[in-house]
Amino acid sequence: MDVRDVELIINGESARYDGLRTVSDLVAALGLEPKKLAVELNRAIVPKSAYGATPLSNGDTLEIVHFVGGG
Amino acid sequence: MSASLVIAGREFRSRLIIGTGKYKTYEENARAAEAAGAEMVTVAVRRVNLTDRDKPMLVDFLDPKKYVYLPNTAGCFTADDAIRTLRLAREAGGWSLVKLEVLADQKTLYPEMEETLKAAKLLIKDGFEVMVYCSDDPVYARKLEDAGCAAIMPLGSLIGSGLGILNPVNIRLIVEQSKVPVIVDAGVGTASDAAVAMELGCDGVLMNTAIAEAKDPILMASAMKHAVIAGREAYLAGRMAKKRYADPSSPLAGLI
Repeated sequence: MDVRDVELIINGESARYDGLRTVSDLVAALGLEPKKLAVELNRAIVPKSAYGATPLSNGDTLEIVHFVGGG
Repeated sequence: MSASLVIAGREFRSRLIIGTGKYKTYEENARAAEAAGAEMVTVAVRRVNLTDRDKPMLVDFLDPKKYVYLPNTAGCFTADDAIRTLRLAREAGGWSLVKLEVLADQKTLYPEMEETLKAAKLLIKDGFEVMVYCSDDPVYARKLEDAGCAAIMPLGSLIGSGLGILNPVNIRLIVEQSKVPVIVDAGVGTASDAAVAMELGCDGVLMNTAIAEAKDPILMASAMKHAVIAGREAYLAGRMAKKRYADPSSPLAGLI
């Protein structure tokens, strides 16, 4: 299991993250509730069931979205 | 005629769908939804705010178990953007009933019908049940229905304009030709507009600004509930014929 720093672009903002291996780690590190959101990794949707099995690599681009008020 | 509204096999007692934008707070929004008797609310899909995670969450005020969330594609100007947004929505919410809207320009937010039809076809192929925001053009409405849309949702007038039903003749044409529910989406400004839509035979009305920007949104939500019911009942009752001259309501015989 390779634990390392990764540079990720999340919701348009670039940042370094320590010790993240998977999408599951990232969601936890950000303090988000997985049930309420959707994650896109390099333009492909990551199913909730696959968060733990989806590794993150340097330079990955993620979109993390949820529902907000709208008409 | 069915007393309930059936969309893609789901049954709704309320024919009023409300938005969740522009309210002062989600709390006010929740009270408006309650007053409107709404069972379905539209929601938008947006980036999670990673810097301020203490912001109130929609789901904490409008329970997705109580209200059917109808994810929209507001702000999408191409079929690709709309499809991407709704795929994310399906993953976030876990359901496939969605509101498709592909807009043409910021000034009018008028539906881009070529892109809308293209997106609708792709989404339906991908297993979505598509309620589609569209122009009041009966020809495009038919194409959308033929493509398999679950509901046709023509504008009464521009989004957020409150100008009411500007082309009742077209709305009626769409109602007459459609086998799926027709829901006026956008343009309603006050209760009488909602009643007009329902009197034309529409199956429902979707609105946001008319309630959210009323001085008292909760009272307006209640007014809209009554207007939709009144309009529906008037439609089912069948209005009297219009006449050019008076027709006394009291008998002429027996006058003193």
